[in-house]
Amino acid sequence: MSARLKILEHALASMARRKQKNFAIIAVYTLTVATLASILFLTQALRNEAANVLLGAPDLVVQRLLAGHHDLIPKQYAEQIAKLPGVGKVTPRVWGYYYDSLKKVNFTLLGVNDASEPPLLAGHLPTSGRQCALGRGIADTYGVEIGDSLVLVDSKNRTLLYEITGLFSHQSSLLTNDLILLPEAELRRFFALPDSQASDLAVQVYNEQEVSTLAKKIKHQLPDTRPIGKMEILHTYDTVFNWRSGIMLTIFSSALIAFCILAWDKATGISAEEKREIGILKAIGWETSDVLLLKFWEGLAVSLSSFLLGTIIAYLHIFFFGAGVLGPVIQGWSVLFPKFDLTPAIDLYQIFALAGLTIIPYIACTVIPSWKNAVTDPDSVMRS
Amino acid sequence: MAALIQAHTLSKIYNRHQADEVRALSEVTFSVEAGEAVVLQGPSGSGKTSLLSLIGCMTRPTSGQLRIGEKEVSRLPEPFLARVRRETFGFIFQQLNLLRDLSVLDNILLPLYPADLKTAEMHSRAERVLEQLNLLEKQRMKVAQLSGGEQQRVAIARALINQPEIIIADEPTAHLDSTLSKELLVILEHLKKDGKTIVFATHDPYVYQHRLVDRRFSMHDGVLRKAE
Repeated sequence: MSARLKILEHALASMARRKQKNFAIIAVYTLTVATLASILFLTQALRNEAANVLLGAPDLVVQRLLAGHHDLIPKQYAEQIAKLPGVGKVTPRVWGYYYDSLKKVNFTLLGVNDASEPPLLAGHLPTSGRQCALGRGIADTYGVEIGDSLVLVDSKNRTLLYEITGLFSHQSSLLTNDLILLPEAELRRFFALPDSQASDLAVQVYNEQEVSTLAKKIKHQLPDTRPIGKMEILHTYDTVFNWRSGIMLTIFSSALIAFCILAWDKATGISAEEKREIGILKAIGWETSDVLLLKFWEGLAVSLSSFLLGTIIAYLHIFFFGAGVLGPVIQGWSVLFPKFDLTPAIDLYQIFALAGLTIIPYIACTVIPSWKNAVTDPDSVMRS
Repeated sequence: MAALIQAHTLSKIYNRHQADEVRALSEVTFSVEAGEAVVLQGPSGSGKTSLLSLIGCMTRPTSGQLRIGEKEVSRLPEPFLARVRRETFGFIFQQLNLLRDLSVLDNILLPLYPADLKTAEMHSRAERVLEQLNLLEKQRMKVAQLSGGEQQRVAIARALINQPEIIIADEPTAHLDSTLSKELLVILEHLKKDGKTIVFATHDPYVYQHRLVDRRFSMHDGVLRKAE
């Protein structure tokens, strides 16, 4: 075994002798890392969810604005838009919101009249009047699966029973979690919507680069519309989650500062016992570099184990326990109900950045004050 | 044959040019042959510990020269001094300076960690000194659980583990009763017979007068004199 490894062995034995002190530091350190890593994991997972789902979303959604708010759009607008060069298929969509006062949850109901399956769907789309497909959150809320029935109350206060034919997977939870798909004709009956109008228009664009140009053309031709590009939605999600995680990081930076103070205090407040030990080691033939290596191993053992523990706790918190502590803050109120599970998505760059920001300063706080003691003559130990 | 330790006009001043400046040693010149046992006697503050620190390469002299074997060590940089300490000296401190929460074996192995020795060699050396000092049975015990005499033997074992040529002992019997003091001197006699050079400082007349000692020096106010 090399000298370095033997010193590492001694470092671990030394740490075991100061169990309480090291345990307290590891506990605080782990909590700090777990909090910061939770924010990063959650934000990254939400961004990933949004990007995943928007892969299958229309390139452009056209809504109608009336008196500044979203209103039904005439179906004939679809024909006008379809005539623009570069535009593919234009599909009028029908959707609306539904509130279950018993469960206190909001759902989105969307009409489908296309046989093509959306991505990330298990089972199949509803084809006849009393069938539906659900997001995972709704299925969990009611405890139902494919083949079960879902009870909904329509706009005329009639109780209707729908057979569940399909379920969206977790990967699409962010946008489909609160979604119920019904055949379009059934949804029109459910909400009592006129056949000549739609909630919005989904526009297929042949060339991705042309989306913003086409959006401008549509706005020019139909001034009461609001075209929204797919990338615009993704960007909005990014901005919202970044903003929320930024706020959280700002709040928890105080925790980080508190931790830094603790680390600095721990390091600079090197005890008389530790000073004595450094003196003994020097007196019996350890070089300054050996003592610094010992302190480096001690710092690395504490910081690396705390970092790994904190990161694992954050991972479990976000991806196994539904981000119970931080989720509501980052996700926002609109997707609070029903709850949904996130698919693990980690940005390694962020992990390395977090490791760098926590491990390196701690090791520095451990080694630098010891260095001051290690460079002094060991004869002080002779006089103790 | 050249002396193993040669000090020439060694002086040591602590806190130089400060209000609390202390002249601990004044132009000390002496030498110790290999295999000799030399004792330093004198009151507290007379400079015994300072001289042992200088001989043991724990600090550098303010002026003068010190040779250990063929090597002039008085101006060596710290990493080289540490190597000389590790390879040439074994220290027995007045306060023992053991790490009480570590096991006997771990304490004894401490001087060997920075050396590039194989683990098997380290443990073989440890076994030898533990056996020599009758500590084999206690090697897994923590130092704090041992009696004063056993702790003293652990301190000696640690001093011997790196197979030093020179043993430096500062007031080794200061905290021992007469039985343990005798036991310690028996051990030191054995070490001398094995060819070790021993330099120690003491107040204890029993040690000072012991047959083990070849030459005696007395110190007063940092000045070394050959004793009668």
